[in-house]
Amino acid sequence: MTRADDTLPAHPPEGSGAPRTVMTAPDIARALRRIAHEVVEHNKGAEDLLVLGIPTRGVELGRRLGALLGDLEGVEVPVGELDITMFRDDLRHQPTRAPMHTRIPSGGVDDKVVVLVDDVLYSGRTIRAALDALSDLGRPRAVRLAVLVDRGHRELPIRADHVGKNLPTSHAERVMVRLDGVDAVPEDSVSIAYGETRAGSPSTPDGGTR
Amino acid sequence: MRHLLSSADLTRDDVRMLLATAAEMHEVQRRDVKKLPTLRGRTVINLFFEDSTRTRSSFEIAGKWMSADTINITGKGSSTSKGESLRDTVMTIDAMAVDCVVMRHMASGAAHQVAQWVDASVVNAGDGTHEHPTQALLDAYTMEQRIGSLEGRRVAIVGDLTHSRVFRSNAITLRTLGAEVACVAPPTLMPSGIRPWAEADGLTLTDDLDEVLASGPDAVMMLRVQRERMSGGFFPTPREYTVGFGLTRERLRALTDANPDAVICHPGPMNRGLEISADAADAAQSLVLDQVSAGVAVRMAVLYHLLAGEEVAA
Repeated sequence: MTRADDTLPAHPPEGSGAPRTVMTAPDIARALRRIAHEVVEHNKGAEDLLVLGIPTRGVELGRRLGALLGDLEGVEVPVGELDITMFRDDLRHQPTRAPMHTRIPSGGVDDKVVVLVDDVLYSGRTIRAALDALSDLGRPRAVRLAVLVDRGHRELPIRADHVGKNLPTSHAERVMVRLDGVDAVPEDSVSIAYGETRAGSPSTPDGGTR
Repeated sequence: MRHLLSSADLTRDDVRMLLATAAEMHEVQRRDVKKLPTLRGRTVINLFFEDSTRTRSSFEIAGKWMSADTINITGKGSSTSKGESLRDTVMTIDAMAVDCVVMRHMASGAAHQVAQWVDASVVNAGDGTHEHPTQALLDAYTMEQRIGSLEGRRVAIVGDLTHSRVFRSNAITLRTLGAEVACVAPPTLMPSGIRPWAEADGLTLTDDLDEVLASGPDAVMMLRVQRERMSGGFFPTPREYTVGFGLTRERLRALTDANPDAVICHPGPMNRGLEISADAADAAQSLVLDQVSAGVAVRMAVLYHLLAGEEVAA
């Protein structure tokens, strides 16, 4: 599938902790518009599309993508939320947290073309869990994956169909997605900072760090 | 959280998190595929030394829907009937490396005692006349689903308070959530040492049900008259109990006149015609069946928070 536009070398010198912005609000808006075009091009329209955002930030991105798809095709594209907490494979390695909402529009998922939306694609484990969660809800005709940032380091054979930006990173870096409407920020941004995170660790509700 | 032994162990944040989790689990109950992989590989033993329909079956379903292996052991069919002590029974179970023991026992404090013996997590599913924390959670959940946040709301708990573990756990959890609690019982069934607790925790004590109903509480919780725990002498006749403390048709009308949005709870099993009339049990205000339905969701939430997370160093 169409991979993202340019890539940025993102290896700040050891010890530099200040976050560096790699996507601004207009960049994010443009990336989502391009993804919307790619989705309708591949699907030959908006028929049977169902956008499911993965909490926390995937929900907001899914909502925006659904609105863009609706504008492009002049139809209402159903948008829902798919929580994956109970399907994670690392539950035993961290404190429990309350699951978030799963909300499936009334049409259900059967025979739909589901577009899963998440902010950062990293180990691939979140998407593995999302595919399991989805199969308990029904049988979509196809499942596609759209992410704002693909930072590499996959641990499972999973890839995204639509990527806002490819961002080569090291494990020692953190990618932070901040979205207006989710985080207390004036405008959207994606930034990168030096500092260890474990692959596959969940995005924290307050930080959105991966 | 390693064990759930008493409602007093739960902070307001704990209760809020469990109720929020239960709301999501309740949604799973409406799906075609009611199965989550969350507790795969975990084993839950239901160890019930007292009869139970809804508590035991809802713990069993809750475990199964989250892919845990659940096994039921009842006092009657086990080695207990051959004279094995409680300690030997639970140590035998613990030696099988189970992850959780859900326990009901006729002795108050049994779950606390067992929690000190075993490595597994222990859930108190009712210990004598002491506590029944998951019942309090599901009652709070059911009421909040219908009438919204319990903060500042007025709840009356009516009946045999002396013998009721449901009362004790509910009073604690309701206070934790910020509700006002009125305890209504005939003087013979008001727990003897309740005054210091009532004063410290802000519970109102009364034996006048009509006055409480006329004040328009947001919820009325009727408790079962537990004949199996009574040696007699607590009230002259069942008829007299109903006249003083039953939710009769007339009292139902008085309640709905005072507060049309009031709801009625009963933990079950109901003695229809004794503590609750058929009119009240089947009224639109009655949450009795919602309570049963919430039981599974709340117990899923409890098992999830006890068993899914990081293993606690022993």
